[in-house]
Amino acid sequence: MSIELDSPRTAARTGRLAPRGLTSRQAIADRTFRAALVGATLLFVAIIVGLFVELVRGSWESIVAFGPAFLWSSEWNPVTNHFGALPFIFGTVVSSAIAIVVAGVVGIAAAVFLAEFAPPRIARPISFFIELLAAVPSVVFGLWGLFVLAPFLGSIVDPFLQRYFGFLPIFQGTIYGIGLLAAGLLLALMIVPTVAAIARDLIVAVPNELREASMSLGATRWETATRVVLPAARAGIVGACVLALGRALGETIAVTMVIGNRPAISGSLFAPAYTLSSVIANEFTEATSSIYLSALLELGLILFLISIVVNGAARVMMWSMLKAQGRRP
Amino acid sequence: MQQTIVVAKNESRPTTDVALSARSVSAWYGSKLAIRDITLDFRRHSITALMGPSGCGKTTFLRCLNRLHESALGAKTSGEVLLDGMDIYDPDVNPVVTRRRIGMVFQRPNPFPTMSILENVTSGPRYTSMATQPRELMEMAETALRRAALFDEVKDKLHAPALSLSGGQQQRLCIARALAVKPEVLLMDEPTSALDPLSTLKIEELMEALAAEFTVVIVTHNLQQAARVSHYAAFMLGDEHRVGSVVEYDATQQIFTHPKDKRTEDYITGRFG
Amino acid sequence: MIAGARLAGSRRASGVAGVVLTGFCSALAAGLLIMLLGYVTVQGFGALNPAFITHLPHPVGIPDGGIANGIVGTIIIVGIAVLIAVPVGVLTGLYLAIYGRGIAAELVRFMAEVLSGVPSIAIGLFAYTVFVKPFAHFSAFSASFAFAVLMLPLMIRTSEEAIRGVPTAIREGALALGLPDYGGVLHVVLPAARPLIVTGVLLAIARVTGETAPLLFTAFGSQFWELNPANPMAVLALQIFTYAISPYDEWHRQAWGGALLLILAVLVLNIGARMALSGRTKKS
Repeated sequence: MSIELDSPRTAARTGRLAPRGLTSRQAIADRTFRAALVGATLLFVAIIVGLFVELVRGSWESIVAFGPAFLWSSEWNPVTNHFGALPFIFGTVVSSAIAIVVAGVVGIAAAVFLAEFAPPRIARPISFFIELLAAVPSVVFGLWGLFVLAPFLGSIVDPFLQRYFGFLPIFQGTIYGIGLLAAGLLLALMIVPTVAAIARDLIVAVPNELREASMSLGATRWETATRVVLPAARAGIVGACVLALGRALGETIAVTMVIGNRPAISGSLFAPAYTLSSVIANEFTEATSSIYLSALLELGLILFLISIVVNGAARVMMWSMLKAQGRRP
Repeated sequence: MQQTIVVAKNESRPTTDVALSARSVSAWYGSKLAIRDITLDFRRHSITALMGPSGCGKTTFLRCLNRLHESALGAKTSGEVLLDGMDIYDPDVNPVVTRRRIGMVFQRPNPFPTMSILENVTSGPRYTSMATQPRELMEMAETALRRAALFDEVKDKLHAPALSLSGGQQQRLCIARALAVKPEVLLMDEPTSALDPLSTLKIEELMEALAAEFTVVIVTHNLQQAARVSHYAAFMLGDEHRVGSVVEYDATQQIFTHPKDKRTEDYITGRFG
Repeated sequence: MIAGARLAGSRRASGVAGVVLTGFCSALAAGLLIMLLGYVTVQGFGALNPAFITHLPHPVGIPDGGIANGIVGTIIIVGIAVLIAVPVGVLTGLYLAIYGRGIAAELVRFMAEVLSGVPSIAIGLFAYTVFVKPFAHFSAFSASFAFAVLMLPLMIRTSEEAIRGVPTAIREGALALGLPDYGGVLHVVLPAARPLIVTGVLLAIARVTGETAPLLFTAFGSQFWELNPANPMAVLALQIFTYAISPYDEWHRQAWGGALLLILAVLVLNIGARMALSGRTKKS
């Protein structure tokens, strides 16, 4: 009589008549309860499957019309109904890349400080504030980015960069304040809590024996942190960064408010650009033809697939690190 | 050196009426065999003690008697357990019903944390639809609490949270809760091992009264308790593979004065375990 | 003096530099938040007055416009989303907690993980194709649906953990009493898991309240009072966005005011949920 579930339900499972002794009302209630659980779960599964199916269905017209060339065409013309995804893929990738580089450095550094050096009196409030950053709504970030960050960049930072590093193509061109750099930095601020919080947990979880072994060899605390502890948590931290990257890729409203919303590919960080999510946000309600709508939906499908791949990669990385350490994910 | 033990003052009950009977019960955790081929009779209105060193499988066997063992992941049982002649492992018998007729009290008191004292005691009758009228439930609760020797202590605070009671009181509450569903057999898994001596004494005192209404099977690692409290005793032992089985089973008085097996004698006289 | 008793200067210096740099990064991250909150408070405070909270939006140039319909709309839309997401999420979490080991259960968990990473705008698109396009009508309900889908992964994960967290002794106590399955779970396990589940609901609400992207083509926004979920409705986050990208200073001012309200709501929910969580764990 082996049961593989947490509570035995042999008789009901064999589908026989109402088991002896249970009132029929109880047996019905039991069956209803079980049905409710399974039903809710099936509903959830249906929603997920439906999400994918609807995105594909909606993009079908565009997929058929433009084929794979959609991915590398940079023409986006609602008048002639020619659409291509390249400028948006470019904008999404570049802004997110800036974000993850900046947030990765700052976030990991903060995590090391909070986990290894900060006394609890300092570590607790700082951790609290950084985690609170994760709760701020996207539109508020966008507002701040539009009225504070972009002007600051436009009047101080960008000119500075252009003056001293203007030989690099990325710092050339007209300065607007808003643009790729603004979007990248704003995204960095938004994903820094993700990186910092996960990295901090991973670092704290590194066994103390490693630290003690290093210190007993005569290494300083800094050397221990950078040469022993951090490498031990490396795979997981990389996974955390990939996870944060996934968030940046999907971010819509804050980016829309500071990126300039121009479907152009440029070599300069100061130039306005456009991301997959922003163009959907801006143009969806103005899409006049069905091919226009379908193209936008195809962009949404691309975004959806990218996010699945990136998030999946992140989970796999973190899972494999935990397995290598012999812990259950 | 012979250890002095308080000999049971109960004589073995003359009744030959068997309430619960285990036949060749074996149990596994996954692929690991835990107990093998246990055959025991539990006479009606008696207290039977299952004793033995830790790891001998006595708790595992107890949990097979109310079909609780199989609720753990990967756990299996084989054999028969006859309640009034009917095998509770028969596929047509619902374990849920069985567990109402064979009640259990656990080692650590486990009152339902979100409920009051009264709600805890009446939870069984309420949720198994035995009774619905408040007055009926109140009467059942009072009877059960009296049987568990707890009523006088809680009668003025029946709506207080169950967790506000002391450890010993919580355990008696759990006994009352188990009694409220009117079982025929009461299984007790080391019911006093987590309690202080005074609470232990109170619970031991109420066991004799319990035996008048129910059939009690108690697992204990405390020899003195087994001797004090039980009419019959079974001594269990694990072999070199840690598989438990029954070594000897007899009236308590017999087993403590004239054990038939040397291993029993060693255990009782404290030479090991 | 013992040779080598002092640490080489360069090693000591790099250690100090390291601590300073990493400390600076922490301070930067935390400081930026404080600065941001401070800025929103300062800018938004001026816009907060009774008229702001009770009036409908006014056309540009006419003073004393407000965002009252956005506040009401947010409550309605989030409320309906909760009514959808909590039952489905908790029941699915129950399913996973009870039938935890099968490959079907692992698949469901994986799907919940996947869903938690999907951008909110893609979910908005889904809500559009299912609830807006077929009826050719924007509606608050479609926004609620999008919000519910956003809340589901959090609800499922929280519920499963909460139910698994109930001690085995309690579950076995219910089993041993002969409670039927649904009885034991409904009357004993769920109440014991309730605090954690409620925390999860609060956090999920905090998460969706700040979402804007899906609203753009589901609720769509409105200038008027609207209580019917089948119609387009104003939502606070959406109003903030619309005002922010407009060219009018007056509307920018109101955007800050709305942002202050929104942040207050989200922070209160978050801090409340965390306090409830730590309070519970201390009690048990």
